Amino acid sequence: MKDKVLKPITRWFIVIGSVFVIITLLLYAIKVNPFEVYKLLIEGSLGSKYRIARVLNVWIPLVLCSCGLLYTFSLGLWNIGIEGQIMLGAIGATAAFKWFYPSFPSLYVMVLGFLFAIIAGGLWALFAGILKTKGGVNEIFAGLGLNFVAQGLILWLIFGPWKRPGIASMSGTEPFNRHLWLSTLKGFRVSPVALAIAVSVFIATVFIFKYTKWGLFFKAIGDNPTAGTLFGISVNKYSLFAMFLAGACAGIAGFFQTAGVYHRLIPAISSNYGYLALLIVMLANFSYWPVPFIAFFFACLNVGSIQLPMVLNIDSSLSGIIQGLSVLVFLCVYNFQKLKENSLE
Amino acid sequence: MSAEFPVIAATVVGGAAPLVFAALGETITERGGIINLSLDGSILLSAMTGFAIAYKTGSVFLGFLSAGIIGALIAAVVASSTLFLRVSQVAVGFVLALMCRDLAYFLGNPYSRIQGPQLAYTPIPFLEKIPIIGKIFFQQNIMVYGSYILIFAVWFFLYKTRWGLMLRCAGENPEAAYIRGIPVEKLKFWFTVLGGFFVGIAGALYSLSVKPGWGRPQGAEGTGWIALAIVIFGGWEPIKVALGAYLFSFLQAMGIVLQDKFSSVPAQVFQVAPFPLMIFTLLFINYFNRKEIQEKALTNPVLKILSRILKANPPASLGKVFYRN
Repeated sequence: MKDKVLKPITRWFIVIGSVFVIITLLLYAIKVNPFEVYKLLIEGSLGSKYRIARVLNVWIPLVLCSCGLLYTFSLGLWNIGIEGQIMLGAIGATAAFKWFYPSFPSLYVMVLGFLFAIIAGGLWALFAGILKTKGGVNEIFAGLGLNFVAQGLILWLIFGPWKRPGIASMSGTEPFNRHLWLSTLKGFRVSPVALAIAVSVFIATVFIFKYTKWGLFFKAIGDNPTAGTLFGISVNKYSLFAMFLAGACAGIAGFFQTAGVYHRLIPAISSNYGYLALLIVMLANFSYWPVPFIAFFFACLNVGSIQLPMVLNIDSSLSGIIQGLSVLVFLCVYNFQKLKENSLE
Repeated sequence: MSAEFPVIAATVVGGAAPLVFAALGETITERGGIINLSLDGSILLSAMTGFAIAYKTGSVFLGFLSAGIIGALIAAVVASSTLFLRVSQVAVGFVLALMCRDLAYFLGNPYSRIQGPQLAYTPIPFLEKIPIIGKIFFQQNIMVYGSYILIFAVWFFLYKTRWGLMLRCAGENPEAAYIRGIPVEKLKFWFTVLGGFFVGIAGALYSLSVKPGWGRPQGAEGTGWIALAIVIFGGWEPIKVALGAYLFSFLQAMGIVLQDKFSSVPAQVFQVAPFPLMIFTLLFINYFNRKEIQEKALTNPVLKILSRILKANPPASLGKVFYRN
């Protein structure tokens, strides 16, 4: 019992400590004062109401995608295609906005956009799932390939059918009509609807894993695929279902990126949040309760690092290094502890 | 067409060199049963290192050497974490793919968008005079010639040497190999490192020759994933893997040709062309490796030839964690 508490604490202590030491040394090595960097990261993300709002706008898609990935990971599937699923969600939302406005009232168009995003993201994931179950193409390569295809699709749309009147440019499509912007709080630019949906998707995920038969099946198959077949559970059916759910979650994230944050379709609409969500779920050791906290930490890093190039003339990819390094050290420490535990028995 | 053909073909051969290095490096690694998924990040970080070192020292050779060492070090992280700590190879490789890319952008910041040294063009005397072939194959730089040698060296190593046989054993059935007295862990570790070294060379080939210079983005983004797919495409056999690299290089060159014709479509759209093709070839290969098709191929002559070309058997222990007992 004592071990159950002590081990995670030592683990996190080692992870945070060594990441801190390595990053500090790295910054000294390139002759930058690390404490100035840390100060900037904290102030840049939590320093004002405006910045906290930005952090929450990153947190929303991260939590949504992480929830989706919990389903696929519980079956041992590496849904790397989640990045493209966000993009497809964004395309779905934009399509609905383009096609149905202004012939329908804006609220209906919003709901349609939301549904389109879920379906587009879900089907894109399902496609990767079918390639895996029916075609035998590893989901990592199928997903990656589809990510690049989705990126090409967005670029084609922006420069082709949906280009701005006059000049097509990398800055994206023409902004949507104001009525199609998700409303935000006064002086705090976060959509309460987006926040509420992200939180409820997370609660629903916890509920499904904890209290329903589905959750049990997901876990049972993930731990031992052959056992699932023996008990008459179709592994392929559940794999496809999990892929669809993950794609749907990513699609919702794509919807909020377009309707809530950028108000148009841009090339970098997915902002690497899918890949980041993969890191979050790994760092959460594939369980749900740490997800919102890690997602918040990662969101702070992303937002805080935006100012690094302007103020200290260093690249903003420092946030990615901190995130990746945390996962790397975590994986090593976790497996080391497990190895020691096994050798003691 | 006829006048342009040798020029385009020479571009295809030169452009394929980094893919040949990266994919053959990964072939060695995977033949030992370890999958190094970090290729995309490895190539970028070594590209940056190679360019920065060559710029600082003025020596292209030192650039290549340092790039190779960086690739080897990243591979060593993958190998040691999976061999000694039993971390999932996919997880560690994926994290490194993202992290090394960010590290490359971060550390490479001072070197972006500056003029630096490039690999010199060195035609081979006499051979370059051969009509057409000379122009295509022997008016290149020294690393391209190195890539030709590497193809046969890797083939010779895997199939004609004792070490190659032991490595393949370690990849197919590590438990049996261990009982027979083969130092499985040592083999896996050092050949993963060697494979990583070649991946690093591929990175330097981008920043010092094919897409000279450094920047964010460099232009080599995504090639690591293509190299990984090429290894599957080539069925883990060096000659076929190299052919796959040339095929993809050809497709990229075709993309440029097409782009000239449809100039209104942005370049990025053509750059994604290899990826759906990658999925399609994987699908195709997998189809031909199905039992029903293999059985049909015994009687049908056309299928027989096709399935012989497309047959791919992954090393049996690929991606699995090795337990010594």
